[in-house]
Amino acid sequence: MIDLEFVINTLSLGSLYALLALGLVLVYGILKLVNFAYGEYIMIAGYAIYLSATLLHAPWYLTLLIAVLAAVLVSYLTELIAFRPVRSQSPNALIVTSFAVSVFLQNVVLIMVSPRARPVQLPFFFSRTIEIAGATVPLRNLLVIAVTAVLLVALSLLMKKTVVGMAMRAAADKFTTTRLMGVPANLVISTAFVISGLLAGVASIFWVSRSASVDPLTGAAPLLIAFIAVVTGGMHSTLGAVVGGFVYGLVFNLLSVTLPASMISYRDAFMFALVVVFLLFRPAGIIKRGYTEERVG
Amino acid sequence: MAMLTVENLEASYGAVRALHGISIEVAEGELVALLGVNGVGKSTTLKSIMGVLRPVKGTITFEGQEITNRSPEKIVKRGISLVPEGREIFGTLTVEENLRLGAYVGFKRDRYKADLEEMFELFPILKDRFHQAGGLLSGGEQQMLAIARALMGHPKLIMLDEPSLGLSPAMTDQIFRLIVTLKERGSTILLVEQNAERALEIVDRAYLLANGQIEHAGTAEEIKRKVDVASVYFGDQTDADSCEVSL
Repeated sequence: MIDLEFVINTLSLGSLYALLALGLVLVYGILKLVNFAYGEYIMIAGYAIYLSATLLHAPWYLTLLIAVLAAVLVSYLTELIAFRPVRSQSPNALIVTSFAVSVFLQNVVLIMVSPRARPVQLPFFFSRTIEIAGATVPLRNLLVIAVTAVLLVALSLLMKKTVVGMAMRAAADKFTTTRLMGVPANLVISTAFVISGLLAGVASIFWVSRSASVDPLTGAAPLLIAFIAVVTGGMHSTLGAVVGGFVYGLVFNLLSVTLPASMISYRDAFMFALVVVFLLFRPAGIIKRGYTEERVG
Repeated sequence: MAMLTVENLEASYGAVRALHGISIEVAEGELVALLGVNGVGKSTTLKSIMGVLRPVKGTITFEGQEITNRSPEKIVKRGISLVPEGREIFGTLTVEENLRLGAYVGFKRDRYKADLEEMFELFPILKDRFHQAGGLLSGGEQQMLAIARALMGHPKLIMLDEPSLGLSPAMTDQIFRLIVTLKERGSTILLVEQNAERALEIVDRAYLLANGQIEHAGTAEEIKRKVDVASVYFGDQTDADSCEVSL
């Protein structure tokens, strides 16, 4: 049961979930906001593929590029227009705003496009399968692993080697003190939203490729997965989000192969029950904290 | 003409008024202290100057230009740097990264290396700890890092908020010696301290705060003469060397 196929499938599902979780935790780390509009960035990217393919007849690589750019743009604009004006108010104002943005974006596509699902045409090679050591694997699964690996390395270089990355890590730790260094608050927050949108856009390509369709509520499921992965992984570090994503993928796939056929449809219920039990015993998540405690002396 | 002028500053936290009209001045090259017990508004004054807190009333002028209600990042750019209370080191960042962020304002690659060397000279311990996480440093080392981080931005005015708080007596001595060194190097310093007796040994002038207002102002000598009158503000007089503990 645990063979190469299982390993690759788990890694690919874990990669996708890690991307989703990472995009959510980057904004949370800095604004302490669980951005409930995050799922909508994924949904918008899906529609961008659909619209660019049907209206512009764009080739596949352009549709994917447009999808990622659309998610980045919407993420950036929601910060600029919706979150920035209420940022100095209470944290509650921010979270209510994120719900409002979510509902607003859902209704935009509902009215402008259609309440019904639209087909999303993905690159021809996504559905190809290849054989590795006797295991048959969809090419899509290998692609998501490779793309995630590249993004994780790039993001970690950005955070470690660039001044903006340092400022973002500093801001996640002590926001006001970071401003005291002369780092503009808006720069750090905008950057977080841009990267969050980028990850949502890339994840969206692989997310919508599973059903090959998109509808106004497409963002709900990936948001929930990202949220659970972040909470179980640990909310205070990007590492926690990545670990949470991979663990979520692993447990999900283990349930898929171990549950009897009659119970497979209750997989999510089992998943959530496990998460609840886990959080009872370890409320801080797998990675306890991303910051060191101050030593006294 | 004064480098920093604060006029009739009033500030509040929600409905609670913390400052009732404070006026202070700091001239270039001066070392000035804001003294007073816990909760009289010393840190609030610094936070208001820095733009972290929006004043209710009053004006703050720096080098002839009004900076009231500017954002902290803009004020840092003008040349004021705050070493916050509790040091506020970025614990997950290395000492090197803390210093690099300190140099964020007006960063110049060619002078960065020289600035680092200068910091190593002032604080040799930072060289040993260069690649360690800031959170692993001791309290005194963190205080040094916080000061070095502020100096990396070449501030014209450096404001120190309770730099001796929670430090051992030996480390407190070292920090006070360092403040004198900084003044001798030409820095303009606004120092907030609860440890008034120690502060008065090194400063040019001081303001004594009580209940969000200035009770006394004058040179260190003048304030010292008023010490008996104002002894109530100086906390425990019996053991001057003990480090102050916030109540």
